[in-house]
Amino acid sequence: MSDMRQLYQEVILDHNRKPRNYGAILGANRHAEGHNPLCGDHLKLSMNVQGDKIETIAFEGDSCAICKASASMMTGAVKGKSVSDADMLVEEFRGMATGTLDPEHQETHLGKLKVFSGVKDLPSRVKCAILPWHTLHAALHSEFSVTTEDQADSFSGGE
Amino acid sequence: MNSVPTHIERIRADFPILKLQVSGKPLVYLDNAASSQMPQPVIDRIVRYQSAEHANIHRAVHYLSELATREYEAARIKVQHFLNAKESREIIFTRGTTEAINLVMHGYGRALIGHGDEIIISALEHHANIVPWQMLAQEKGAVLRVIPMNDAGELLIDEFEALFNAKTKFLALTHVSNALGTVNPVKEMTAFAHKYGVPVLLDGAQAAPHQSLDMQDMDCDFYAFSGHKLCGPTGIGVLYGKAKMLEKMQPFMGGGDMILSVTFEKTEYNVIPYKFEAGTPPIMAAIALGAAIDYLNGIGIAHIEAYEKTLLDYATEKVAALNGVRILGTAKKKAAVLSFEIKGVHPHDVGTILNAEGIAIRTGHHCAQPVMKRLNVPATARASFAFYNTKDEIDKLVDGIRKVQEMFS
Repeated sequence: MSDMRQLYQEVILDHNRKPRNYGAILGANRHAEGHNPLCGDHLKLSMNVQGDKIETIAFEGDSCAICKASASMMTGAVKGKSVSDADMLVEEFRGMATGTLDPEHQETHLGKLKVFSGVKDLPSRVKCAILPWHTLHAALHSEFSVTTEDQADSFSGGE
Repeated sequence: MNSVPTHIERIRADFPILKLQVSGKPLVYLDNAASSQMPQPVIDRIVRYQSAEHANIHRAVHYLSELATREYEAARIKVQHFLNAKESREIIFTRGTTEAINLVMHGYGRALIGHGDEIIISALEHHANIVPWQMLAQEKGAVLRVIPMNDAGELLIDEFEALFNAKTKFLALTHVSNALGTVNPVKEMTAFAHKYGVPVLLDGAQAAPHQSLDMQDMDCDFYAFSGHKLCGPTGIGVLYGKAKMLEKMQPFMGGGDMILSVTFEKTEYNVIPYKFEAGTPPIMAAIALGAAIDYLNGIGIAHIEAYEKTLLDYATEKVAALNGVRILGTAKKKAAVLSFEIKGVHPHDVGTILNAEGIAIRTGHHCAQPVMKRLNVPATARASFAFYNTKDEIDKLVDGIRKVQEMFS
């Protein structure tokens, strides 16, 4: 991808500058941390899940624009959703980022998250976009720490 | 109108990869501290070896084996002269700097460092010169002591000297910092360590490509570097060790070529350097490293050092003049490394946007996480220069940084 504006769209830059749902939730009942050792991305996710519903969600950490915007938009997308809906978004986002799902031609629930479709052309940045989603998956399913090194791009393999 | 190519144009013409287009733009390769590129004479040497000289070495009496052995040993002598080592048997071929350091850790450290002993390293080390010593310290109950640095990335020499005591048994120190470019005063530090009878290993991975080296003058006990940062191939590196040190060390790996005789009761080890070269070595890579040294000598190490200094000074001046950009690593004595951060932009985003301009830099922690922690940054962007880079390429880097700032403004 040579036109960087396709990747760094205004919506991504905006979420990077002003991340939504940023911080930690006091008394959260779900936590997970994500690391990307390659570039030093690090984020902490905290959530309150009541029954099957994600009531509140927040993140904090130090990361690149792609990772931070992905985390910010993810929290907006899954807040108020059921765990199974969130799981579905995790799978769809992963499919889009790794190029196995084409949101332009296949039906998805990704909506605004489609701005991240450009990362599929940048193998070294796929992990940045996916890290928050890995971390969400871990928080929902009680794994406390994930790294993009040993999980590669897969949620399903070997867990 | 054709004009006579300049010196730098002739040098660049030796490197086929520099003609590449990346993202539709001419490649600007500024990641030389990670790995340098290979000139045609070295590529040709590899082709010639594989086409007409290859066989296993130190074994058979046939023509090819004798030829390959001769060329492999000739490469050792080229390395000896490159380092001004006293003897060629002080040169051991390894897979790279990392293996060379691990060889010393196993061969010297495990035999001669014990419980309660202290090993000194520095705040500037690459992980390759931290982790092996940590492993040794854990195994033996030894203690790792760390020379601190100031905000400029210079080691604090007073504190270094204060670390020494009767328990100090080893100093493992980088010659040039890969993350910040600091050139350490290794000759003086080695002399100080020797006052306490402490042997010294220098990690020369970032120094060997950029300056002339003289083992007899520096007087270090061990020196390690990699071929692929020196216009050679990957998979080859060098450990220099003083003969008297190497002789008292245990072998690192057991196998063929490192023995004089083997029975099931006892093995008699070969003499140095072969004691440390078990199995079939990377023969092609060693010969290509010899060719790379010939190539660098042809250009002249003194010329390389002086030219790269002009590049670093130019880049430092241009980048320092940009608003919102901070240079990390401002030591008085630096090699051709420029680490920087752009306010409000993560280095990884900087790297991606520069890549779209055809510019290759390294972003991340540079395998030096303690350096990042000390400077309180998660990562940096790092441009590192070689003798085939130009001021025009530095101008492109500066333009690229401006584009990053525009996008994130």
